[in-house]
Amino acid sequence: MHGPDVGWYLVLAALLFVTGALGVLVRRSPLIILLSVEIMLNGANLALISFARRLGHADGQVFAIAVMAVAASEVVVGLGLIVAMGRRNVELDVDKLRTLRG
Amino acid sequence: MANVLVWAVWCGAAFACIASALAVVSFSNPFYSALALIGNLASLAVLYLLLGGEFVAAGQVLVYGGAVMVMFLFVIAYLGDRSQEAPWAGGPSWQAVGTVLAAAAILAEVIVALALTTGGRLTHEAHVGRSFGSPGQIGRLFLTDHLLAFEVTSIVLLVAAAGGVVLGAHARALEDDARP
Repeated sequence: MHGPDVGWYLVLAALLFVTGALGVLVRRSPLIILLSVEIMLNGANLALISFARRLGHADGQVFAIAVMAVAASEVVVGLGLIVAMGRRNVELDVDKLRTLRG
Repeated sequence: MANVLVWAVWCGAAFACIASALAVVSFSNPFYSALALIGNLASLAVLYLLLGGEFVAAGQVLVYGGAVMVMFLFVIAYLGDRSQEAPWAGGPSWQAVGTVLAAAAILAEVIVALALTTGGRLTHEAHVGRSFGSPGQIGRLFLTDHLLAFEVTSIVLLVAAAGGVVLGAHARALEDDARP
């Protein structure tokens, strides 16, 4: 069973990363920016796992699981910030968050 | 025959992956974006299975597609539909044009760098046994070679949980102050 080479997976990972970066840079809703950061992290994960398959060693998969844990932590803190913004009736638009004073 | 089947599955999963990623970026309603991200995560899990990462694929579906996305959908439902942002309204601004150009430059750079540094050597894949990527192997690696990473991950999760609680308590105190 011989499927696509690792290079195809890496091109796909680069496309995913770029799509996520596009979302982070273009969109202004903080929720969609967080979702786009998830896409970027998943692109990096795909590259890690394809290199793990290429080298025949599962270290890359271990690192991908650590990245998943970091992504979960990032979502917790990011969503906490967004909920805090929502409770203060701040408009959910990152271009309008000009002050960081409490 | 098996070769053709693997290619077919790969093409389907890759197409679903890219299409749902573009959908996440371009939907104006965050709820639909989150639903599209679930599709993206599921198609990535299929790719992980093709690469022999059974445990990572299962973790992806359970942790990402399950827990994290439920949290996202809960917050989106809690906040309601209040960000009325039409992403591509009023024609492309110079910011959006510059962003697309920068993204294309990153993509070209990554592909050129890969082609220059690896130049055809990526075709030789290592032979792996049946236990490659199984929960047993991952668990053994976590408890032997990567014990420090395992423990540091637990600290990261603990700090994130504490941060979430602090943020929530702070927001509640502010809300009580604002309300007479």
